[in-house]
Amino acid sequence: MAAVVGPRTWTVSELTAHIKGLLLNDAPLRDVWVEGEISNFVQYTSGHCYFSLKDAHATLQCVMWKSHAVWLPELPQDGQHVLVHGHIDVYGPKGTYQLYVDFLQPAGVGDLYAQFEALKAKLEAEGLFAPERKRPLPRWPQRIGVVTSPDGAALRDIVRVIRSRYAGVELVLSPTLVQGAEAPARIVAALTALIEHGNVDVILIARGGGSLEDLWAFNDEQVARAIAASPIPVVSGVGHETDFTIADFVADLRAPTPSAAAMAVVPDGQELRRQLQEYRHRLTQHLQTLLLAKRRQLQEEHRALRMHHPQSQLNAARQRVDEWHRRMILSFAHTLTLARTRVTALAERLHALNPRAVLQRGYAIVQHTDGRIISSVTHIQVGEHLYVFLQDGRLEAWVVDRRRELGKEDTGQRRRTNT
Amino acid sequence: MSDKPLEEMTFEEALHQLEQIVQRLEGGNLPLAEALALYEQGVQLVARCHTLLDEAELRIQQLVPDGEGGYTFEEFQGPLDSR
Repeated sequence: MAAVVGPRTWTVSELTAHIKGLLLNDAPLRDVWVEGEISNFVQYTSGHCYFSLKDAHATLQCVMWKSHAVWLPELPQDGQHVLVHGHIDVYGPKGTYQLYVDFLQPAGVGDLYAQFEALKAKLEAEGLFAPERKRPLPRWPQRIGVVTSPDGAALRDIVRVIRSRYAGVELVLSPTLVQGAEAPARIVAALTALIEHGNVDVILIARGGGSLEDLWAFNDEQVARAIAASPIPVVSGVGHETDFTIADFVADLRAPTPSAAAMAVVPDGQELRRQLQEYRHRLTQHLQTLLLAKRRQLQEEHRALRMHHPQSQLNAARQRVDEWHRRMILSFAHTLTLARTRVTALAERLHALNPRAVLQRGYAIVQHTDGRIISSVTHIQVGEHLYVFLQDGRLEAWVVDRRRELGKEDTGQRRRTNT
Repeated sequence: MSDKPLEEMTFEEALHQLEQIVQRLEGGNLPLAEALALYEQGVQLVARCHTLLDEAELRIQQLVPDGEGGYTFEEFQGPLDSR
């Protein structure tokens, strides 16, 4: 609440709430051990108990709810000297502060709280609570040892939880007393038997809820040391969520209840099924992916194979032959054209040299009837026949006279015509 | 990888082997025949795990002194009928 400057008027409720807040925020008042003498003890039919604690100089109002009072072995008497545990709170309607008691025992039986604290400090100093001493629990225990009472609620809870989660394990019960004077020794013996003969992977040490005294065996030094010395991981599940015992501090894992201890050691069947489902899905999916890839690869190879098929090679060869054929034809045609050109040229030249061409210009060729070309008057005698070739035909004539012109020699002796 | 027959595998062994198979399949580059064999094996392991989960019957034993300083196991007969 904010600081108040100047006069400030509270309502009663406001002020009470403020005080209540102060008390509830004070750590020591939340966890109080008090010794005193009981007076005005009364238990209502509701089961709740009301009384005062007093000493020579002061009185403290106390309430003990039914939920705690049921654990009392017997109701306290006025004038009895007791040790109680609880927390301080304000009861607004009556404007009183009270101790809300959750534990009560006759004083002088021994100061349990002091014992508890002393043992805790001692073992802690020895390093038995050190986090690095805590071992991991096996992920898949086959055999689970249980140190508890064969007819207690703890065993029933453990069995129920394991059946509902994953029943594929074996439980090995090492029965023991879990409360009373003999309990610590029996617990140690049961734990030792389990370690030596049980062939188990993990050990649950458990007890259902009870009063501080009921759980006291789990605050025993020998029990604590036996747990600490266990070569097999130990899970403690003693009492309710709010109960802490020395056994809890030395165990490899402290579970708030026996059920929680069981839950901590066996895997969750539902979770396993989900995991299996996922594996199955992944298996199928990856096989399908693989098959698809292989199919693609196959198609690829098939295509490649077709490309290398002899037929396709044959086709390619055939194509090459055709190609060469085509080129050969082309080149042949070219040669032919060249040849033709040359022939034409030669023919023209030949034609130009044809003696008959001369005839067209008015010359004539004279031939003896025996076929000789007459290129000299000496080649023929008077009276002999001859042919005269003109451009358009042949005349036959005979020599009437011949006369030689001086200085002219015969030069065409060997030339012949084809007639 | 274990050579144990499927029927003799514990849940843990079967699940572990299943994990390995899934990982190998996911690793890829397996010959088809091997992949198919792995898949087949994986599916059988899944079935085995389910069977183990479905048929699991919690067995409860009790350590009992044998009177000679040792202990024997007995089936636990106590009342547990809070199912």
